[in-house]
Amino acid sequence: MSRINLIVVLMAAFFCVYVQTAFQGLRNILHAQFDLLPALMAYVALSADLVAVAALAIVGGVLFDTLSANPLGVSILPLFFIGVFLQLRHDLILRDMAYAQFIVGCCVSASMPLLTLAGLWALGERPIVGLETLWQWLVMALIGGLAAPCFFQLFDRLELALNYSTAPAYNESMARRDREIKRGRGY
Amino acid sequence: MFKKPQYLAILLTLVLAGILLSLPARRKNQLKRWIGTVFVVGFGASRAADAAADKARVAVTPRKVLGKQLADLQEENQRLRLQLKQAGVIARENDRLRAALNWKKQTRWEVSLARVIGRDPSNWRQVILIDRGARDGVTENMPIVANEGLVGRVSSVGMTRSQVVLIGDPKCKVGAMIESTGEAGVVETGKSGALGRDIVALNYIAGDSELKPGDRVLTSGLGTVFPKGIPVGTVIHARTLDYGLTKDARVKLHVNLNRLEHVWVLTN
Repeated sequence: MSRINLIVVLMAAFFCVYVQTAFQGLRNILHAQFDLLPALMAYVALSADLVAVAALAIVGGVLFDTLSANPLGVSILPLFFIGVFLQLRHDLILRDMAYAQFIVGCCVSASMPLLTLAGLWALGERPIVGLETLWQWLVMALIGGLAAPCFFQLFDRLELALNYSTAPAYNESMARRDREIKRGRGY
Repeated sequence: MFKKPQYLAILLTLVLAGILLSLPARRKNQLKRWIGTVFVVGFGASRAADAAADKARVAVTPRKVLGKQLADLQEENQRLRLQLKQAGVIARENDRLRAALNWKKQTRWEVSLARVIGRDPSNWRQVILIDRGARDGVTENMPIVANEGLVGRVSSVGMTRSQVVLIGDPKCKVGAMIESTGEAGVVETGKSGALGRDIVALNYIAGDSELKPGDRVLTSGLGTVFPKGIPVGTVIHARTLDYGLTKDARVKLHVNLNRLEHVWVLTN
């Protein structure tokens, strides 16, 4: 991932947190708030190195906690752990398949609230948890799953648009047999 | 497994998270306010967009409808002015009687209108953001009300906006009383977790109380945050606990906390 693309991803994290705070349409309809940061982290973890994962975890986590009543810093570690886990397993994930992106998005969006709640309980906080939380968890997982392929599409295209594409290196398979000049005995 | 910059990134993230989490609450709030200034432009843009939408709505509303609304509002204004005069007479009489009995004088509520500009981005907090801050004279723990009743209290104040913790959040406990009997209790989140967004628990009511569904619940004025007499909600279910020693109840809030657009800050 290029530096420009990383900056764009960090700006997207800022925008995601702002949208989650300021726009309540979906929240009022579904009675649950979605979280787009885990899906964004899935893209970064499968497209960039650990430095980018750390940058998104710090920037996204701090921005989220700033507008939330959470203690500052509590969202950094869950985001980071998700990113590191995906980064370590990125060879096993079919990154370019939309269904794989959806499943990864669902999984990370479902794990994020669990890890954050564990962090809050460990810090002695009392988050509001009840039966409604199950529904909210389901909505978060589904919307995160749907957002992941969109992020992959968007940022992959952006990556192509913002960077020079390198010419493919020559290899043996590129030579076409039907274009080979056959030289006979007389030549 | 990792290269050197990657180990540094892991170390930096863990150390930064550790430092932020170990900061005292006051420092954390200061840091939040400072970082939160990056959202000023976004919230300003949202406010401008709302104002433009309101203007557009007025522009497309037929003059006939606007004229009818104006007439209705003028009529309501006249009626409220009359009620205000009557209330003034009653208040003066109340003050005289209090003075005669040597009772403490009641302070009048001074209110400031605020717009709700956001909600907590997480699902496990009942917190909203309003567009009034220290610049407008808002301080921590000021009560927040809507036309229907109590909303919550200010939990954190920035220069241009404040965070309000809503009734039903574990960080907002309210001293309350039953209007008909005057018995006091505490409104808080249910002991077993969230009861629902518009239902809260009324706990620590005396066991011999005649608490019943339909009773109105008001703030009791016991404590230092909420003044007496703000409507909170209506009892929908009551039960006896601890072999008859105490009672608790479920209270349906008067205010729909999911649809808040404007609220009042009680500034005195």
